[in-house]
Amino acid sequence: MNLPNTPRLDRRTALKWLLTATAAVAIADRRLFAAPGTATTPAGKGYGTDPALNKEYQPGELWPLTMTDAQRRTATALCAVIIPAEGTVPSAADLHVQDFIDEWISSPYPDQVNDRKTIIDGLAWIDEESRKRFGKDFASLEVKEAGVICDDICHLPDARPELKQGAKFFAKFRDLTTSGFYTTPEGMKDIGYVGNMPLPEFKGPPREVLAKLGLA
Amino acid sequence: MPVISPGEVKATYDVIVVGSGAAGGQTAYTLTMEGAKVLMLEAGRYYDPVTETPMFQTNGQAPLRGSGTPDKPFGFHDATVDGGWQVPGEPYTQSSDDPEKQFEWWRARMLGGRTNHWGRISLRNGPYDFKPRSRDGLGFDWPFGYDDIAPYYDKVEMLIGVYGNNDGFENTPDSPAGILQPPPAARASEQYAAKHMRALGVPVLAIHRAVLTQRQDPEILPKKIHPHNPKAQRVLAKAMSERAACFWATPCGRGCAIRANYQSTTVHLPPALGTGNLDIVANAMVREVTLDAKGRADGVVYIDKKTGTECRAKARVVVLAASGMETVRILLNSKSASFPQGLANSSGLVGRYIMDTVGASRSGQIPALEGLPPHNEDGAGGGHVYSPWWLYKEAEKLGFARGYHIEFGGGRGMPGMWTGAGLERFTRGSYGRKLKEDARRYFGTFMYYAGRGEMIPNEGSFCELDPVVKDKYGIPVLRFTWQWSEHELRQARHMETTFDAIIEAMGGKVLGKERKYSDRPGISKGGEIIHEVGGAIMGTDPRKSVTNQWCQTWDVPNLYLTDGAPFVGNADKNPTLTIMALAWRASDHILEEMKKGSL
Repeated sequence: MNLPNTPRLDRRTALKWLLTATAAVAIADRRLFAAPGTATTPAGKGYGTDPALNKEYQPGELWPLTMTDAQRRTATALCAVIIPAEGTVPSAADLHVQDFIDEWISSPYPDQVNDRKTIIDGLAWIDEESRKRFGKDFASLEVKEAGVICDDICHLPDARPELKQGAKFFAKFRDLTTSGFYTTPEGMKDIGYVGNMPLPEFKGPPREVLAKLGLA
Repeated sequence: MPVISPGEVKATYDVIVVGSGAAGGQTAYTLTMEGAKVLMLEAGRYYDPVTETPMFQTNGQAPLRGSGTPDKPFGFHDATVDGGWQVPGEPYTQSSDDPEKQFEWWRARMLGGRTNHWGRISLRNGPYDFKPRSRDGLGFDWPFGYDDIAPYYDKVEMLIGVYGNNDGFENTPDSPAGILQPPPAARASEQYAAKHMRALGVPVLAIHRAVLTQRQDPEILPKKIHPHNPKAQRVLAKAMSERAACFWATPCGRGCAIRANYQSTTVHLPPALGTGNLDIVANAMVREVTLDAKGRADGVVYIDKKTGTECRAKARVVVLAASGMETVRILLNSKSASFPQGLANSSGLVGRYIMDTVGASRSGQIPALEGLPPHNEDGAGGGHVYSPWWLYKEAEKLGFARGYHIEFGGGRGMPGMWTGAGLERFTRGSYGRKLKEDARRYFGTFMYYAGRGEMIPNEGSFCELDPVVKDKYGIPVLRFTWQWSEHELRQARHMETTFDAIIEAMGGKVLGKERKYSDRPGISKGGEIIHEVGGAIMGTDPRKSVTNQWCQTWDVPNLYLTDGAPFVGNADKNPTLTIMALAWRASDHILEEMKKGSL
């Protein structure tokens, strides 16, 4: 969705966040991509009010990633289930969306700190659920087996009471996966976005579009 | 160097201009083009859109996929530097813990201020908007009328470049021929919406925005804008020839490296600097206006933020263009034996009658837009159409005074954070290949409707100095008190019901309709729309106003306020274009008075 809203910061939240952030344990090394993390509280200060805007950033560049190897394995598997490879289009996992999700939950900002517990607890829960049902971790499941679990938690209103927490986690993880995937060049193309290129003129919608809308 | 250090500031200037945004930029432009020597003081850092704007960066290249954070509230790539609802070390306070009585203050500490990121919507106030009290007995009339300011709207539109049509619509003035640039074609969603809105009696016209859809003519426009001034024509022709037309990519809120849209830093300041008459000092936080023995302004005191030292600058005339509320703050902090309540405040009205725009919005999912063939809808980096207020004849029946315009849109913009998210209410929670199908199906099918309405000035909306709190420079800060009247609350409810009707007429599903109409309408908080004006209203009576119609303070004749502070009303039209027209008019007055020797 590309809806305009005016993001606003509740100052009480901000104060709480500042306290948490400054109390957090510092993590020494900066990493890119699939380096192992320690799953401690996010450290770092964010990018400040005057970051360089016209450059490309990688997850892990501004604050350390914090997922453990085990969490990353599970997250990668779940990304691949939510957006699998299809034809020539890579999966969300192939496009390193798990690194973006790690960047998200490792960020020192309040919204992301809020999501952190949901994701970390959820990754542990889905592994536990896999072991309970199939005797192995989520990342080791066959596609069909993973589907059995995901079918049970993919729609919160339909989830059984004991699976509601799992369904809340799945909804958040799915939102992060689509956000990560559809902002890559491959994802933007797959969803049907055309643009971000200079044009000599703007002609408005093509005739076939207007015809479909009954406006031609 | 376009910017000088405090040590390089000359002994005296004709005019000091505090602020570099729409008001400061226009004031400095008009004065320097006519030969006045100007010192501009900007509280934020030097900023160059040509080298700093993230053109073509995708959200995938930004941290957190470009999401807004407390450091960058409008998203990572938003042009704002060192700004937002909170500026570190520069607090403001509220008189009440009740969120409905609070005012949120957006600031941008950077050269060009908020013109770098604004929406570029450039609507003229109409004749009714300058005489509202004469029409319905509420608020105040302005001390001049539309015809007095129309020539300045013409000049500003020619200078900055505004696209739009002349539609001859009530209280929505046309521009003379040869001024507006051609508007871009409406997008598919805009055209589909327009068809259904017109059927409901809601007009849809080309919006007016400060974006060049074609290059400005450097042979013709400078002669029209500056007749009898060959040097100004030459300087402006050069600046205009350095601006490109829009190339239909990259949102305007990031700023524009090719100078296709208006921002002070690409349109006002280059020609002003080109005259050789402008010095700019950045990181200069103005604390107060100083007076000479005769009680006339003779300069300002500012803090050099780089070193923390206190500096002084001198001039014949001082112009505050710091943004309405910051201008009020400087006046209230300029206390002396002759002005114990703050400068130019013998009326006691400095800080009174602050206004924002009434905002309410709805969004919906429109099934008719599903499955459209992919096509480029980036367009001019903002809306192409809008609805002006259309119910002037029905004011009696509505239960509230004044009106609003509608900004709306949707379409297939560049994916960002939350693209493809939250679809489960339509998809029953699909994942895997089905989710990809659904994401394609729903992409570009969401539309938003935002009302932007007039607020009537009231006694319960004001700011004053906090008796205790100071910023990190030791300068007392503002404390706000806010109140909407029944007019604004009813207007917001009218917006919501209208938008629901429009979305449903398109066959769409309104999102977030669960909230009942018996609840308080979803009106914006004071300040949230970032159209704050007032605080030093103009008028005809020195006892009931702070400035005259020339933005000249009654108490101190060589002190002018050229930002939104002298506004006595806040029509639904976004205030920036009117701020620029007023600043140009005030600057002409300064030039005339200087020529006459009275300043």
